[in-house]
Amino acid sequence: MGALLEVKDLRTQFFTQDGVVNAVNGISYTLDEGETLGIVGESGCGKSVGVMSLIRLIPMPPGKVVGGEVWFEGRDLLKLDDDEIRQVRGNRIAMIFQDPMTSLNPVLTVGRQISEALELHLGLDKQQARRRSQELLELVGIPGAEGRLDNYPHQFSGGMRQRVMIAMGLSCNPQVLIADEPTTALDVTIQAQIVDLVKRLREELGMAIIWITHDLGVVAGLAHRMIVMYAGFIVEEATVKELYSNPRHPYTLGLLGSLPRLDEDRPERLRSIEGLPPDLIDLPVGCPFYARCTWRIERCLQENPPLAFVAHQHKAACWVDVTGVTA
Amino acid sequence: MTENTNTNGSQPNVILRVEGLKMWFPITSGIFQRTVGHIKAVDGLDFEIFQGETLGLVGESGCGKSTAGRAILQLYRPTAGHVFFDNEDLTTMKGDALRRQRRRMQMIFQDPYASLNPRMTVGAIVGEPLEVHGMGNKQQNRERVQELLRIVGLNPYFVNRYPHEFSGGQRQRIGVARALAVNPAFIVLDEPISALDVSIQAQVINLLEDLQNEFGLTYLFIAHDLSVVRHISDRIAVMYLGKIVELADRNELYANPKHPYTQALLSAVPIPDPVIEEQRQRIILEGDVPSPANPPVGCNFSTRCPQVMEICRQQKPEFKENSHGHWVACWLYEGDGAPDAGTQTASATS
Repeated sequence: MGALLEVKDLRTQFFTQDGVVNAVNGISYTLDEGETLGIVGESGCGKSVGVMSLIRLIPMPPGKVVGGEVWFEGRDLLKLDDDEIRQVRGNRIAMIFQDPMTSLNPVLTVGRQISEALELHLGLDKQQARRRSQELLELVGIPGAEGRLDNYPHQFSGGMRQRVMIAMGLSCNPQVLIADEPTTALDVTIQAQIVDLVKRLREELGMAIIWITHDLGVVAGLAHRMIVMYAGFIVEEATVKELYSNPRHPYTLGLLGSLPRLDEDRPERLRSIEGLPPDLIDLPVGCPFYARCTWRIERCLQENPPLAFVAHQHKAACWVDVTGVTA
Repeated sequence: MTENTNTNGSQPNVILRVEGLKMWFPITSGIFQRTVGHIKAVDGLDFEIFQGETLGLVGESGCGKSTAGRAILQLYRPTAGHVFFDNEDLTTMKGDALRRQRRRMQMIFQDPYASLNPRMTVGAIVGEPLEVHGMGNKQQNRERVQELLRIVGLNPYFVNRYPHEFSGGQRQRIGVARALAVNPAFIVLDEPISALDVSIQAQVINLLEDLQNEFGLTYLFIAHDLSVVRHISDRIAVMYLGKIVELADRNELYANPKHPYTQALLSAVPIPDPVIEEQRQRIILEGDVPSPANPPVGCNFSTRCPQVMEICRQQKPEFKENSHGHWVACWLYEGDGAPDAGTQTASATS
């Protein structure tokens, strides 16, 4: 009860010439109504593939969701046919992407692109769709919205383009907004504008958000709950305050230790994580973090630890108790 | 030992001095490619870099920080101004004389995928500068390359491998080894870690710091990430639209930012701590950076500045030393006994 979206044991693989890439290896989590969930991890950890699998945006072939369930509004999204999923995608669950330049169509006006979803999903006519598009541009803080409807994407700056993307994402009042690194391509001052905007919209519209990022800084002030991914596994899950103040997985500890902080007085040597993430084609039998872990024990080599409760609302996948160590 | 002496009382050794550096790119139009305007990517920089220090150069995309780095190394020929390296003016040098100086100045690039030739082996890449500068014979260079790989933390047996066999972080180490090959004194690092993952970034930052201590290197560290710059730099210069708006000691800049842009920039940087984030007040800047082809008449920041005054829209403020070692270009700090014309910075540009 309460969960808006429930992901159970999701597995996604890519079948390539070199072998089977295990991108997502059985992840389970829930998203509550109005909640903002941050998913962090480094490139190749499966954070994007994981959410794209939910709304079946994985290119097939070579990709395939090979297992799991995704429960949303009483239905398993993975079992819907193409027409049914299209009714959900962009309507009930919307997604905004990292690079607003490549995810907008350069030869269509911005107004046309926003209207498309409105006409398709809400059945508005041209006039209504245009009026609604204008409202949406105003909502996301684009000055002179009416005139801007007839502009093409290249006539907008990076930050403004991302606002357009957000307007498109919000066009059908989605229950869930998935944001895949939406500020990564932007400068810090523009990033601050966008984060500010999303916070405001979240309060006004009350949608749940899944915010994917590699930047532990951005989500700190935005998310309610956090998931840390590594090599296609969830290695830690906690409320945002708990995760930063009491990290329980060595990888999370390492990530926080490798970040230089703006508010540190005397910079000490960064505690980097040595080595590289494992090859997803040839995953180790045991814990995927074994090779880089400073806490490893014999057992980690043989058995991959399951994600288990370590405290209230706090799960970690580690055989070792790292308590008492704060980042 | 070459330690940073700039915080002590003694006069630090200036290794590089930049005076009135401008780098304008022509905008051409029509079939005769007539010049119709200029992109003022770098529009008058004055600063010094001390022996053994790291000067951080920060700013947002398009502010001209990378162009500045390249113009300093004469990879672009500056439109105006001078760059003195060891008291010799690089902008007037040509051919062999310039090449000899270049041996002492190297560059590390942002993208470790684009900056290594995919058809050359690691050994050839790292050894190329030795060949270009005619240093050592084949056998010596082979040994030197292996030594360099060891120094940057790669296996010396990798000499015959190709760049695609390495991860991003390892490639960046190859770029570092190449830069170190000719024993430079000064290295321009152009966003050396921004293409890397967080955990790998830390590895490379630690490596760069170790190398600096070991070889007494001087760095110009160009980046957009203020947290990283704060970590690695001794002094920091903040650029906005082709100009340096503020320059100060690391701790001074973060504790006491004077320019409204620096203040906004610092407040916009997220801190990985939800408790702190909850209490922070952000200065959210309105709008976007103006085009460098058509900068404002007055202060370049006047179009977005929350504290803009009438004079800011009419006249550009000068870049002046406001307090010891803390330079700022802003009208808010003018008038307190400061003469409004003919100060040292302006007259330095000949």
